[in-house]
Amino acid sequence: MTFPLLSLLVWLPIAGGIAVLALGSDERAALAKQTALGVSIVTFVASLALVLQFATGTAEMQLVERLPWIERFGAWYHFGVDGISMPLIVLTAFLTPLVVLAGWQVIEKRPAQYYAAFLLLEGLMIGVFAAQDALLFYVFWEAMLVPMFLIIGVWGGARRIYATVKFFLYTFFGSVFMLVALIYMYIQSGDFSIAGFHALPLGMTEQTLIFLAFLIAFAVKVPMWPVHTWLPDAHVEAPTGGSVILAAILLKMGGYGFVRFSLPIAPDASESLSWLMIALSLIAIVYIALVALVQQDMKKLIAYSSIAHMGFVTLGFFVVFRIFQNAPDGAGAALAFQGGMVQMISHGLISGALFLCVGVMYDRLHSREIGAYGGVVNTMPKFAALAVFFALANAGLPGTSGFVGEFFVILASFQADFWLAFLAATTLVLGAAYTLWLVKRVIFGDVANEGVASLTDIGARELAILGILALAVLALGVWPAPLVSAMDATLTGLLEQIAQSKL
Amino acid sequence: MNQYWLAAPEIFLAGAICAVLLVDVFLRPEQRQITYLLAMLALIGAALASIMAIVQQPVVTFSGSFVMDPAGGALKLIAYLLVALVFLYSRNYLEEHDLFKGEFFVLALFGLLGIMVMISAHSMLTMYLGLELLSLSLYALVAFNRDSALAAESAMKYFVLGAIASGTLLYGISLLYGVTGTIEFSALAAGLVTDAGISLPAVLGLVFIVVGVAFKFGAVPFHMWLPDVYEGSPTPVTLYIGSVPKIAAFALTWRVLVEALGPMQASWQGMLIVLCVLSLLIGNIVAIAQTNLKRMLAYSTISHVGFILMGFIAGTEEGIEAAMYYTMTYVLMAAAAFGMIIVLSRRGYEAERLEDFKGLSQRSLWFALMMTLIMLSMAGVPPLVGFFAKFTVLNALVTASQTWLAVFGVVMAVVGAYYYLRVVWYMFFEDATDRAPLSSALDLRLVMSVNCLLLLGLGVFPGFLLDLCARVL
Repeated sequence: MTFPLLSLLVWLPIAGGIAVLALGSDERAALAKQTALGVSIVTFVASLALVLQFATGTAEMQLVERLPWIERFGAWYHFGVDGISMPLIVLTAFLTPLVVLAGWQVIEKRPAQYYAAFLLLEGLMIGVFAAQDALLFYVFWEAMLVPMFLIIGVWGGARRIYATVKFFLYTFFGSVFMLVALIYMYIQSGDFSIAGFHALPLGMTEQTLIFLAFLIAFAVKVPMWPVHTWLPDAHVEAPTGGSVILAAILLKMGGYGFVRFSLPIAPDASESLSWLMIALSLIAIVYIALVALVQQDMKKLIAYSSIAHMGFVTLGFFVVFRIFQNAPDGAGAALAFQGGMVQMISHGLISGALFLCVGVMYDRLHSREIGAYGGVVNTMPKFAALAVFFALANAGLPGTSGFVGEFFVILASFQADFWLAFLAATTLVLGAAYTLWLVKRVIFGDVANEGVASLTDIGARELAILGILALAVLALGVWPAPLVSAMDATLTGLLEQIAQSKL
Repeated sequence: MNQYWLAAPEIFLAGAICAVLLVDVFLRPEQRQITYLLAMLALIGAALASIMAIVQQPVVTFSGSFVMDPAGGALKLIAYLLVALVFLYSRNYLEEHDLFKGEFFVLALFGLLGIMVMISAHSMLTMYLGLELLSLSLYALVAFNRDSALAAESAMKYFVLGAIASGTLLYGISLLYGVTGTIEFSALAAGLVTDAGISLPAVLGLVFIVVGVAFKFGAVPFHMWLPDVYEGSPTPVTLYIGSVPKIAAFALTWRVLVEALGPMQASWQGMLIVLCVLSLLIGNIVAIAQTNLKRMLAYSTISHVGFILMGFIAGTEEGIEAAMYYTMTYVLMAAAAFGMIIVLSRRGYEAERLEDFKGLSQRSLWFALMMTLIMLSMAGVPPLVGFFAKFTVLNALVTASQTWLAVFGVVMAVVGAYYYLRVVWYMFFEDATDRAPLSSALDLRLVMSVNCLLLLGLGVFPGFLLDLCARVL
């Protein structure tokens, strides 16, 4: 029996969250903050241990923990990581301390509950990525909604209640169909093991129905057009920390769901419906980018940009079927997968950083309107440098992580179809347009009004948060090899799996 | 085994109730605590008797009209537990509202006796006897606060409609008796199937019986009494009606439809599907429009009944198990929800409007969290027990190839999630309108907390109760 590292990663933040709730009344906010930061940092250190223990070069599940949970339903307390889930767990553990730190001087309303909610959320999110039992996965997947619901609802903006209820109901609606699909497969296979589901022989009708059930769940989460409308609302109303977690991690669960469930469980349905997925992805990339162009609210703009960028993730995952059609040896397919995965991690860092930048400005002027700013560089030079850097990364500047994922996916798409790649590549223009225009209007130019003139530059705390993120974005952009090699074996295994028809 | 020994819990409880009634007559109002303690002792005694009378295999006795089986034993134990819970929740409230009278306990115990008789019924007559004992106690309980016009009106409605339902049930029984010449369950099951198949009069009888069952459950379209009775009764009575009789309704459906009329499954399945779909639809949608928590919970009950019926619709052993599991967990949730209204109420003030929950997290974070557990459990959010209740039912339905109904059920669960979430949002997102400190007694708070944490505990480790349901059935 090895050390249960994954259990630690899941339960330590949850226990920490309960402790923060119990310890920190509103009078003892400092204690709550410190405990929360301590717990989240320890969790991050533990996630580094996960990286060290992780063996690249194998598609097998690692650090497996398996204990009986509900014997009556063949459900196990089954954790494990592979190249897909490991980076996402580390991303989660990496961002949570930053989010805790971001709320340090800002959150005055019920601080203990705020930090507790984020710690609980962290544990549950890691649980989603680590669970190898479908029922356990579902429990984490749904339970995660509750802290997020409270975060948006309690600490959010003016229309927070509308936004949070919409967020909860949309995602809840999506996932109940997944539940029925999971139950169906459980009845076929006799237990809830995800690996067992992968091996389950299913006919075309079954696969299609299962695929569609999963599609509703994951498309809402990603989110894909046309079920994306909850995201701009949720982002705009959520507090900064909530937006960061929402964009950086919650959205990734949709992408994760596709690679963990949809593709290997229903490969034939995935293939036959890949046209639909590619079409939806392209709509997200092109149409949503156009929508982002006209936004007046900074958070809304970044929210739409998130949807557009997540379109690359789904495009990368489903374009492989078109590549298979053109080149039976599947050359380039691995590149598409890698692109999708790298894009997930990279978008987690960049969108998180952008929301933090908006948060920095919002904390000072209490406005998210683009029109309320202008010439911020004059009063906040340090901040402006970092914000421009993240904006460029968002536009896919080579040398930043934003470039790697998009480039991989576009490159792979050429193997499938020129026009497909052409449409995907418009993002390089559109993404640059809305991001740079945002930068021009907010950061550059003359000082627009007295509010901007009175701005103070970021302090050490904010500088540290954004600086760490900037380093991560740069590192991943210059040297993505470690991430790619960690995922490589798993993705190759996955490709072999989906190339095999189940019929 | 001696037949009186098998019926020991019922016999003991009947005797104990008479004793409580007699003692209560001689007590002065300030000594009323003695009645409360005696009622609790009666429950403990009945529980001990049930444990001693436990059997491994079903034993039919009293000339075929009484059965003792493991499932019945388990259901009775849950019923004792719930009644004890009701008493614990109610004591404080009754004292504060000048309703602390012996009748409450005696009537509640008589109702329990009726439920026990129903659980152990093995003939239509026994079933009817138990049902009437329960119903009459409930009518009286609803009108228990005799100065309240609303309560009197509810009791009247309940009584009139309940009498009609009992009549319908009785008529159905008589038709079946006409067809088969028996009212004993196993003989009925054997006599229904003839070479010519199932006769039309038998199906007609079945229709009347299903109507009676639907009324007792409160399934749409026989639900009209439910919201009015829930709202009109004093909260401890609502707590009682909203939880304990659901066990009886389960027992009624299980014994009559599955055990006695099992051969007619194809016929009653279709009827139950209609009831189930309507209950889910009407219950969930109308609940959204409610501003009174008791009424909202009444409509939520209706939707939960839809889920319980799903287990029966699946018709398999797994389905019955799921229905039993759902019933057991639902009554725990319902008890906690109505208990919460009691906790928040104080002298001269009922915390029964949704508005009363506004800003609860600022007044008492602990109770706001507990109420959140209850609401999320009812909405079916994991890892609370309500999720696993829905899960087992859906599992049974999908196994029985009724996937479309399962999909309909989960969509309705999403509709339901809205009004449960609204309570959470009132508690956490709104500011308190009423800032009076919570003044409930310590024992009440303790019971409340244990009850709610049980919802979480049974959700994280659902295996125990699931195994229990599987083993006893």
